[in-house]
Amino acid sequence: MARLSLRHLSKRFGTHAAVHDLTLDVADGELMCLLGPSGCGKTTTLRMIGGFAAPDAGDIQINGRSVVALPPERRPTAMVFQRYNLWPHMTAAQNIAFGLRLRRLPRGQIEAKVRDALGLVGLPGAGHKYPHQLSGGEQQRVAVARALVLEPQILLLDEPFSNLDARLRVHMREEVKQLQRAVGITTVFVTHDQEEALTIADRIAVMKDGVLQQVDTPAALYARPRTLFVADFIGTMNLLPARIEAGAVAAGPWRLPAAGGLRPHGGEATLAVRPEDLVLDPAGAPVRVRRVVNLGHYLQVLLECPGVAPLRMFTEKGASLEEGQGVRVRISRALLFSGPDVAELGGPMRPPVAAPAEAP
Amino acid sequence: MSVGWYWAVGGLRRAVALGAFLALAAFILGPLLTLLLWAFAGSWLFPNLLPEFSLKWWAYVLGNADVTKAIRMSFLSAPAATLLSAVICIPAAYAFARLEFPGRRVLLLSFLSANAFPKIGLYVSIATLLYRLNLMDTFAGVVLIQVINTLLFMIWIPTGTFRGINRNLEEAARDVGAGPLRTFFQVTLPIALPGLLVALLFAFLAAFDEAQGTLIVGTPNHITMPVMMYTLVLSYPQPVGAVFSVLLSLPSLVFLLVAQRYLRAGYLAAGYSL
Ligand SMILES: Nc1ncnc2c1ncn2[C@@H]1O[C@H](COP(=O)(O)OP(=O)(O)OP(=O)(O)O)[C@@H](O)[C@H]1O
Ligand SMILES: [Mg+2]
Repeated sequence: MARLSLRHLSKRFGTHAAVHDLTLDVADGELMCLLGPSGCGKTTTLRMIGGFAAPDAGDIQINGRSVVALPPERRPTAMVFQRYNLWPHMTAAQNIAFGLRLRRLPRGQIEAKVRDALGLVGLPGAGHKYPHQLSGGEQQRVAVARALVLEPQILLLDEPFSNLDARLRVHMREEVKQLQRAVGITTVFVTHDQEEALTIADRIAVMKDGVLQQVDTPAALYARPRTLFVADFIGTMNLLPARIEAGAVAAGPWRLPAAGGLRPHGGEATLAVRPEDLVLDPAGAPVRVRRVVNLGHYLQVLLECPGVAPLRMFTEKGASLEEGQGVRVRISRALLFSGPDVAELGGPMRPPVAAPAEAP
Repeated sequence: MSVGWYWAVGGLRRAVALGAFLALAAFILGPLLTLLLWAFAGSWLFPNLLPEFSLKWWAYVLGNADVTKAIRMSFLSAPAATLLSAVICIPAAYAFARLEFPGRRVLLLSFLSANAFPKIGLYVSIATLLYRLNLMDTFAGVVLIQVINTLLFMIWIPTGTFRGINRNLEEAARDVGAGPLRTFFQVTLPIALPGLLVALLFAFLAAFDEAQGTLIVGTPNHITMPVMMYTLVLSYPQPVGAVFSVLLSLPSLVFLLVAQRYLRAGYLAAGYSL
């Protein structure tokens, strides 16, 4: 069906580069999430794909054909905007039918398609309602229906569920994922919610300040972040200042043996440790329990260690830990960021499914 | 008396509010009522509180050839001026609202400046221009001078209205396949309609009420109702002036009723980003 390819895309507003040299390939039928903090250029990227903003440099190709010269109405894309989607002077059904009418479909066919689309997003009875008679979530769903009904080759979603309550958001997320699988439509999904990205994306593209940081599957992104920013941004991560010494890395009370080849970049480095990679072990370093939070099926423990900021540890519920208690903790796995280099230290990678994402 | 309970329950605040309301009503409606009374009055003799009802002044006014000519002139020129103004100004307002071009702010302010200074000077200089163009004492000349009076409303209100419409709504229309023109006519314009109606209303009234410029440009053969009013007040009996005033306020009343219907449409506020 449709492959999307962004080649060295750049867009600046005045002197500020909203998107800088972004190259990204989205495979046919893939759901790609653009993830990053507010203002990092996600919407700008999506708008360039949809044809609402012209890139200053670079190319956008759909199935190998450049579309940068085409206006939005001639691109095989459909967009759901972050806000203000529906035309207020048309009912939900008229909103959905607008694009079909432009394509001069017969009346009966339009009606059938509109009915199907409304059913698809779970609003079978809402056709006659005006947007101001719909809740924010219902409006977004009608907007999704309006985009899907045209059977576009590429679906662009800009934080479509950001103004839904938490339950509905999770529900809609599942729905969209299922829909997207069923229709097999190539999708670019913008979000700043990493949990959303981790749960629905086939692959995630992490952006920061207009620059693409890393593109990977959720599992790989979690287990092997390639930059300190991604390490910190995805999931929960403890960051410790570290020193590279001969054959070892020293961070706080720990010394981790390191295989050769670690280059000291001025000796300054950062050790990144997932909370689940901190394990209770009589042979570990001595630390003190500051606080224990019961998060259902696991405990989050805040540890006080000499020389570093408090660390977060996830541990099984059975562990009997009390606040103020002294314990011994070992680092089973860690990533060392030193200049541009990343090194993996310690044991085998843990499956990311066991790791709960940061509670919202 | 039956108002006793009112004082008992309401107290001073209600009394003040009622008083203020009555004063306001008297202030606004009083002159209007007097006008109506005069317009439909036959003979009004001493002991009677109200005059006897009569349409004789209406017959008199509508039977006067000069007057009917002025009425016809007004009801032709004001709509023509409003339409012409709309055709010129609405696209310009859209450009002001959506496009960033050098001098945008200055140009926008220049439309205000036409109303910022005493108009009589402006009219005189325009009159000399129209004289050279052979447009003095013509219908076109009258329409042009009225258009000048409408510019402020037809630029400023629609510019604000278009600005208030979120761009996403237009982009969504482009996205589903509508070209720029279709997007404007089927999405932007309907959403802007309430604001544009208000602008049309003000522009029409500005054109309809225009007297100074029309007097300079239109005399002697192209006289509108407000211009005629000067003569009427001076040289006809008082009820003629009253009848004329009622005629002059008819368009505003009709327009208000029409506009109100549209303004009440539920979608009004929904398309505007605040
Ligand atoms: N029309 C514009 N004019 C000037 N600057 C803009 C414009 N649009 C976006 N920017 C700037 O470009 C940067 C990227 O904006 P963008 O809307 O793409 O962010 P985003 O990642 O979608 O953020 P959010 O998660 O808050 O929606 C921001 O710094 C923003 O201020
Ligand atoms: Mg955005």
